Amino acid sequence: MGAGHAHRLYRHAHSPVHALPPHTKLAAVFAFVVVVVSTPREAVWAFAVYAVLLALVARYARVPAGFLLKRLLIEVPFVAFAVLMPFVARGERVDVLGLSLSVNGLWGAWNVLAKGTLGVAASVLLAATTELRELLLGLQRLRLPPLLVQIASFMIRYGDVITDEMRRMRIARESRGFEARGVRHWGVLAKSAGALFIRSYERGERVHLAMVSRGYAGSMPVIDEVTASRAQWSYALALPLTALVVCLLGWAL
Amino acid sequence: MGPVTAETPSLDVSGLAFAYPDGHQALFGVDFRIGRGERVALLGPNGAGKTTLVLHLNGILTAGAGSVTVAGLPVGRRHMAEIRRKVGIVFQDPDDQLFMPTVREDVAFGPAAAGIKGAELEARVRGALEQVGMADFADRPPHHLSFGQRRRVAVATVLAMEPEILVLDEPSSNLDPASRRELADILRSLDVTVLMVTHDLPYALELCPRSLILSDGVIAADGPTGELLSDDVLMRAHRLELPFGFDPRSVTTSA
Repeated sequence: MGAGHAHRLYRHAHSPVHALPPHTKLAAVFAFVVVVVSTPREAVWAFAVYAVLLALVARYARVPAGFLLKRLLIEVPFVAFAVLMPFVARGERVDVLGLSLSVNGLWGAWNVLAKGTLGVAASVLLAATTELRELLLGLQRLRLPPLLVQIASFMIRYGDVITDEMRRMRIARESRGFEARGVRHWGVLAKSAGALFIRSYERGERVHLAMVSRGYAGSMPVIDEVTASRAQWSYALALPLTALVVCLLGWAL
Repeated sequence: MGPVTAETPSLDVSGLAFAYPDGHQALFGVDFRIGRGERVALLGPNGAGKTTLVLHLNGILTAGAGSVTVAGLPVGRRHMAEIRRKVGIVFQDPDDQLFMPTVREDVAFGPAAAGIKGAELEARVRGALEQVGMADFADRPPHHLSFGQRRRVAVATVLAMEPEILVLDEPSSNLDPASRRELADILRSLDVTVLMVTHDLPYALELCPRSLILSDGVIAADGPTGELLSDDVLMRAHRLELPFGFDPRSVTTSA
């Protein structure tokens, strides 16, 4: 990360989607995912409509297709499991290109693949248009337990500090001629990890001391109150509501 | 800066003694007072009990015997929130002190915890950041600042609480000469009582007209910084050494 800079999932721009209050976006993505998941898998056309809806949002948010597709790769390890399903599932079978595949398994794989991809795409869009800091404020606003929000916020603040500490320890190890070359050296790495844990733990104590010194008594003071107008809510919820209509049609047809 | 004339001193420590739960006694009856607006250095070798003393000033540690009074208010369970607002401690490692995601939120933390909101909170934050020359960095995350900048923001986080006394733990450590001078300029410009814990004797001489020497858990000396630093016997007795080539007698201070 360089100067000025946000997380690398975030894509800086000024679009109507970027400008929406974070908690409305969180609620919209969550509702959208719930709607997608509850759509019957046989309604193939519905998933195509969902994809078009997301593409429209991406266009509004000025997120290029390439950026979105590249970040979708994160789901590959999960998709690998879906690909296996037609081979291992039981029930009625069909022959495709000489392979005997389970019909149920094929539907199952399609189900996981389509819903997973749509869910990840929605999340990637959320991350691309909302800064981490804002996400935390949104979660706070949506009344997520404050302890969880605090933990997440400390993770963001101290992630870099601890990575840096780890890097310094590695340089110190290597400067003294150490190279991890195999199982025999795992002991050294494990001890480094232990030392890092103790250091982080002690830092935690010092941070707590600094917090108490400034009047911390168990709860974070609310510094930024995020609010959303009715218009902003309806704007954000347009996506899940449209999706809901599609979903209901999917059940009806 | 005038002599100590204010009726209620900013800080009054008397007969303070403290032993850690493991039996190690760190303080054996510490007595001193600091008048309003004074800048005082607390000098002492490693292990003299300086940090232990600092943690007593805002009630993180509570004394086995003796008392600490901040602007007439005794440090104790009853006034803890008020005491923590009045005593602003700047810790040595700014990464410990700056724990919020952005500079602005970090500076706002103290006043917000004290219940200040909205426009007043914004004004406090802006004021504190302007005092340390960091107003342009309000929306940056602390870990993207240089070490000197982080130290300055750490000072601002405490100034935002409008403290009675500013306590700095090794303010010049790890700073390059330019950051060191910038911090000195800032500290000189502040209209607040300062207690500076340090090993950096030239820095103490530059900024603090008066010094205390804490050694083996007691105040071993209390006097004008220049005189203490020039007293070779005293200095040697308490493991205090001036940097090579530094002669406090040749320095003229305007502090």
